[in-house]
Amino acid sequence: MAVGCALGVILSRNPVNSVMFLIMTFFAISGHYILMNAQFLAIVNIIVYAGAIMVLFLFVIMLMNLNADVEPQKGMMIQLAGVISGGILFLVILMGLTTARAEAIDPKSTHIGLISNLGKVLFNKYVLPFEISSVLFLSAMIGAVVIGRKEPLAAGEKAEIIQN
Amino acid sequence: MPVTSTHYLFLSLLLFSIGIMGTLMRRNAIIIFMCIELMLNAVNLLLVAFSKLYGDADAQLFVFFIMVVAAAEVAVGLAVIVMMYRKVHSVDINILNRLKH
Repeated sequence: MAVGCALGVILSRNPVNSVMFLIMTFFAISGHYILMNAQFLAIVNIIVYAGAIMVLFLFVIMLMNLNADVEPQKGMMIQLAGVISGGILFLVILMGLTTARAEAIDPKSTHIGLISNLGKVLFNKYVLPFEISSVLFLSAMIGAVVIGRKEPLAAGEKAEIIQN
Repeated sequence: MPVTSTHYLFLSLLLFSIGIMGTLMRRNAIIIFMCIELMLNAVNLLLVAFSKLYGDADAQLFVFFIMVVAAAEVAVGLAVIVMMYRKVHSVDINILNRLKH
Protein backbone atom coordinates (compact mmCIF):
# COMPACT_ATOMS: atom_id res chain seq x y z
CA MET A 1 0.00 0.00 0.00
CA ALA A 2 2.81 2.43 0.82
CA VAL A 3 4.43 1.67 -2.52
CA GLY A 4 1.21 2.14 -4.47
CA CYS A 5 0.52 5.46 -2.81
CA ALA A 6 4.09 6.59 -3.40
CA LEU A 7 3.69 5.81 -7.08
CA GLY A 8 0.53 7.88 -7.01
CA VAL A 9 2.52 10.84 -5.70
CA ILE A 10 4.80 10.99 -8.69
CA LEU A 11 2.32 9.92 -11.35
CA SER A 12 -0.74 12.04 -10.67
CA ARG A 13 -1.03 15.19 -12.71
CA ASN A 14 -2.92 17.22 -10.16
CA PRO A 15 -0.72 18.46 -7.29
CA VAL A 16 -3.60 18.21 -4.82
CA ASN A 17 -3.98 14.53 -5.62
CA SER A 18 -0.24 14.13 -5.10
CA VAL A 19 -0.53 15.61 -1.63
CA MET A 20 -3.39 13.25 -0.79
CA PHE A 21 -1.39 10.26 -1.96
CA LEU A 22 1.58 11.41 0.09
CA ILE A 23 -0.63 11.63 3.19
CA MET A 24 -1.76 8.05 2.54
CA THR A 25 1.88 7.00 2.25
CA PHE A 26 2.70 8.60 5.57
CA PHE A 27 -0.20 6.84 7.23
CA ALA A 28 1.04 3.53 5.85
CA ILE A 29 4.53 4.23 7.18
CA SER A 30 3.03 5.09 10.55
CA GLY A 31 1.28 1.74 10.50
CA HIS A 32 4.67 0.10 10.05
CA TYR A 33 6.00 2.05 13.05
CA ILE A 34 3.13 0.76 15.16
CA LEU A 35 3.81 -2.77 13.98
CA MET A 36 7.40 -2.33 15.16
CA ASN A 37 6.16 -1.11 18.56
CA ALA A 38 7.53 2.40 18.01
CA GLN A 39 4.37 4.14 19.13
CA PHE A 40 5.90 7.52 19.87
CA LEU A 41 7.33 7.83 16.38
CA ALA A 42 4.05 6.69 14.84
CA ILE A 43 2.11 9.43 16.61
CA VAL A 44 4.76 12.04 15.86
CA ASN A 45 4.80 10.99 12.22
CA ILE A 46 1.05 11.42 11.90
CA ILE A 47 0.97 14.73 13.74
CA VAL A 48 4.03 16.34 12.18
CA TYR A 49 4.00 14.98 8.65
CA ALA A 50 0.40 14.14 7.84
CA GLY A 51 -0.90 16.96 9.98
CA ALA A 52 1.39 19.93 9.79
CA ILE A 53 3.65 19.58 6.80
CA MET A 54 1.03 18.32 4.39
CA VAL A 55 -1.40 21.04 5.42
CA LEU A 56 1.38 23.51 4.68
CA PHE A 57 1.82 21.98 1.22
CA LEU A 58 -1.92 22.05 0.55
CA PHE A 59 -2.07 25.63 1.72
CA VAL A 60 0.68 26.71 -0.65
CA ILE A 61 -0.88 24.84 -3.56
CA MET A 62 -4.27 26.38 -2.92
CA LEU A 63 -2.66 29.79 -2.47
CA MET A 64 -1.00 29.57 -5.85
CA ASN A 65 -4.15 28.15 -7.42
CA LEU A 66 -2.16 25.36 -8.98
CA ASN A 67 -4.89 22.75 -8.92
CA ALA A 68 -5.65 23.47 -12.53
CA ASP A 69 -3.66 21.19 -14.75
CA VAL A 70 -1.27 23.78 -16.08
CA GLU A 71 2.03 22.12 -15.35
CA PRO A 72 4.17 21.76 -18.44
CA GLN A 73 5.53 18.25 -18.66
CA LYS A 74 9.10 17.37 -19.30
CA GLY A 75 10.01 15.78 -22.58
CA MET A 76 9.40 12.08 -22.96
CA MET A 77 13.11 11.39 -23.19
CA ILE A 78 13.90 13.13 -19.93
CA GLN A 79 11.10 11.33 -18.10
CA LEU A 80 12.31 8.02 -19.47
CA ALA A 81 15.85 8.83 -18.40
CA GLY A 82 14.64 9.65 -14.91
CA VAL A 83 12.75 6.38 -14.60
CA ILE A 84 15.65 4.36 -16.00
CA SER A 85 18.24 5.91 -13.71
CA GLY A 86 16.03 5.48 -10.67
CA GLY A 87 15.30 1.90 -11.65
CA ILE A 88 18.97 1.14 -12.18
CA LEU A 89 19.78 2.50 -8.73
CA PHE A 90 17.03 0.30 -7.30
CA LEU A 91 18.30 -2.78 -9.10
CA VAL A 92 21.92 -2.24 -8.14
CA ILE A 93 21.17 -1.86 -4.44
CA LEU A 94 18.69 -4.73 -4.63
CA MET A 95 21.37 -7.02 -6.05
CA GLY A 96 23.77 -5.85 -3.38
CA LEU A 97 21.29 -6.62 -0.65
CA THR A 98 19.95 -9.97 -1.73
CA THR A 99 22.78 -11.66 0.09
CA ALA A 100 22.04 -9.75 3.29
CA ARG A 101 21.34 -11.77 6.36
CA ALA A 102 17.62 -11.88 7.12
CA GLU A 103 16.96 -11.54 10.82
CA ALA A 104 13.45 -11.86 12.10
CA ILE A 105 12.05 -8.79 13.79
CA ASP A 106 10.09 -9.87 16.80
CA PRO A 107 7.12 -7.53 17.12
CA LYS A 108 6.95 -7.38 20.89
CA SER A 109 10.36 -8.25 22.20
CA THR A 110 11.47 -4.83 23.40
CA HIS A 111 9.83 -1.70 24.66
CA ILE A 112 12.34 0.86 23.41
CA GLY A 113 9.75 2.63 21.28
CA LEU A 114 7.62 3.68 24.21
CA ILE A 115 7.61 7.30 25.25
CA SER A 116 9.14 6.77 28.69
CA ASN A 117 12.23 5.01 27.38
CA LEU A 118 12.74 7.46 24.52
CA GLY A 119 12.31 10.37 26.90
CA LYS A 120 14.95 9.03 29.24
CA VAL A 121 17.48 8.70 26.43
CA LEU A 122 16.51 12.04 24.92
CA PHE A 123 16.94 14.05 28.09
CA ASN A 124 20.03 12.28 29.33
CA LYS A 125 22.20 11.63 26.32
CA TYR A 126 20.81 14.01 23.71
CA VAL A 127 19.97 17.16 25.62
CA LEU A 128 22.34 19.38 23.67
CA PRO A 129 21.07 18.34 20.19
CA PHE A 130 17.54 18.82 21.48
CA GLU A 131 18.23 22.39 22.49
CA ILE A 132 20.11 23.09 19.27
CA SER A 133 17.18 21.82 17.26
CA SER A 134 14.88 24.20 19.08
CA VAL A 135 17.16 27.07 18.08
CA LEU A 136 17.12 25.73 14.53
CA PHE A 137 13.33 25.78 14.58
CA LEU A 138 13.29 29.37 15.75
CA SER A 139 15.74 30.45 13.05
CA ALA A 140 13.79 28.55 10.38
CA MET A 141 10.58 30.25 11.46
CA ILE A 142 12.17 33.69 11.33
CA GLY A 143 13.78 32.85 8.01
CA ALA A 144 10.48 31.74 6.51
CA VAL A 145 8.79 34.92 7.63
CA VAL A 146 11.62 37.09 6.29
CA ILE A 147 11.68 35.31 2.93
CA GLY A 148 7.94 35.22 2.56
CA ARG A 149 7.10 38.80 3.37
CA LYS A 150 5.42 40.90 0.77
CA GLU A 151 8.13 43.23 -0.40
CA PRO A 152 11.72 43.49 0.76
CA LEU A 153 12.46 46.53 2.80
CA ALA A 154 14.84 49.19 1.66
CA ALA A 155 18.24 49.23 3.33
CA GLY A 156 17.46 52.31 5.43
CA GLU A 157 14.26 50.83 6.82
CA LYS A 158 16.03 47.61 7.72
CA ALA A 159 18.69 49.50 9.66
CA GLU A 160 15.95 51.37 11.47
CA ILE A 161 14.26 48.15 12.51
CA ILE A 162 17.53 46.72 13.73
CA GLN A 163 18.20 49.83 15.77
CA ASN A 164 14.80 49.64 17.37
CA MET B 1 6.19 -15.98 7.22
CA PRO B 2 7.94 -13.80 9.80
CA VAL B 3 8.79 -10.25 8.92
CA THR B 4 12.54 -9.92 8.60
CA SER B 5 14.90 -7.01 8.31
CA THR B 6 15.27 -7.71 4.60
CA HIS B 7 11.62 -6.92 3.97
CA TYR B 8 11.97 -3.49 5.51
CA LEU B 9 15.23 -3.01 3.63
CA PHE B 10 13.51 -3.63 0.31
CA LEU B 11 10.42 -1.58 1.15
CA SER B 12 12.46 1.42 2.12
CA LEU B 13 14.72 0.99 -0.90
CA LEU B 14 11.66 0.95 -3.14
CA LEU B 15 10.25 4.10 -1.54
CA PHE B 16 13.62 5.83 -1.89
CA SER B 17 13.86 4.88 -5.58
CA ILE B 18 10.35 6.16 -6.21
CA GLY B 19 11.37 9.43 -4.59
CA ILE B 20 14.41 9.70 -6.84
CA MET B 21 12.38 8.92 -9.94
CA GLY B 22 9.84 11.57 -9.00
CA THR B 23 12.57 14.14 -8.43
CA LEU B 24 14.05 13.44 -11.83
CA MET B 25 10.73 13.20 -13.69
CA ARG B 26 8.69 16.17 -12.59
CA ARG B 27 9.11 19.87 -13.22
CA ASN B 28 6.77 21.19 -10.58
CA ALA B 29 8.92 22.46 -7.72
CA ILE B 30 6.36 21.50 -5.08
CA ILE B 31 6.18 17.91 -6.27
CA ILE B 32 9.97 17.66 -6.27
CA PHE B 33 9.85 18.89 -2.69
CA MET B 34 7.32 16.22 -1.78
CA CYS B 35 9.51 13.55 -3.34
CA ILE B 36 12.36 14.69 -1.11
CA GLU B 37 10.05 14.22 1.87
CA LEU B 38 9.29 10.73 0.59
CA MET B 39 13.00 9.88 0.51
CA LEU B 40 13.45 11.19 4.06
CA ASN B 41 10.62 8.96 5.21
CA ALA B 42 12.10 5.93 3.52
CA VAL B 43 15.30 6.46 5.49
CA ASN B 44 13.32 6.96 8.68
CA LEU B 45 11.53 3.67 8.16
CA LEU B 46 14.84 1.86 7.74
CA LEU B 47 16.29 3.49 10.85
CA VAL B 48 13.32 2.41 12.94
CA ALA B 49 13.53 -1.13 11.58
CA PHE B 50 17.19 -1.44 12.52
CA SER B 51 16.64 0.18 15.90
CA LYS B 52 14.03 -2.48 16.53
CA LEU B 53 16.36 -5.19 15.30
CA TYR B 54 19.26 -4.23 17.54
CA GLY B 55 17.22 -3.00 20.49
CA ASP B 56 18.80 0.44 20.46
CA ALA B 57 16.83 3.57 21.28
CA ASP B 58 19.34 6.01 19.75
CA ALA B 59 18.16 5.36 16.20
CA GLN B 60 14.60 6.30 17.05
CA LEU B 61 15.83 9.59 18.47
CA PHE B 62 17.72 10.17 15.27
CA VAL B 63 14.45 9.69 13.42
CA PHE B 64 12.93 12.27 15.73
CA PHE B 65 15.69 14.76 14.93
CA ILE B 66 15.34 14.06 11.21
CA MET B 67 11.66 14.92 11.48
CA VAL B 68 12.51 18.16 13.28
CA VAL B 69 15.01 19.21 10.65
CA ALA B 70 12.61 18.22 7.86
CA ALA B 71 9.88 20.39 9.33
CA ALA B 72 12.22 23.38 9.50
CA GLU B 73 13.40 22.69 5.95
CA VAL B 74 9.84 22.52 4.63
CA ALA B 75 8.97 25.87 6.17
CA VAL B 76 11.94 27.62 4.57
CA GLY B 77 11.59 25.78 1.25
CA LEU B 78 7.93 26.58 0.86
CA ALA B 79 8.68 30.22 1.64
CA VAL B 80 11.25 30.17 -1.15
CA ILE B 81 8.75 28.59 -3.54
CA VAL B 82 6.10 31.17 -2.68
CA MET B 83 8.62 33.93 -3.27
CA MET B 84 9.60 32.42 -6.61
CA TYR B 85 5.94 32.16 -7.58
CA ARG B 86 5.43 35.81 -6.79
CA LYS B 87 8.35 36.80 -9.01
CA VAL B 88 7.74 34.63 -12.07
CA HIS B 89 4.17 33.33 -11.61
CA SER B 90 5.21 29.74 -12.11
CA VAL B 91 6.69 26.88 -10.15
CA ASP B 92 8.39 25.41 -13.18
CA ILE B 93 11.98 24.71 -12.22
CA ASN B 94 13.21 25.25 -15.77
CA ILE B 95 12.74 28.96 -15.23
CA LEU B 96 15.48 28.75 -12.64
CA ASN B 97 17.91 28.00 -15.44
CA ARG B 98 18.19 31.73 -15.79
CA LEU B 99 19.89 31.94 -12.41
CA LYS B 100 23.23 31.18 -14.00
CA HIS B 101 23.21 34.29 -16.19
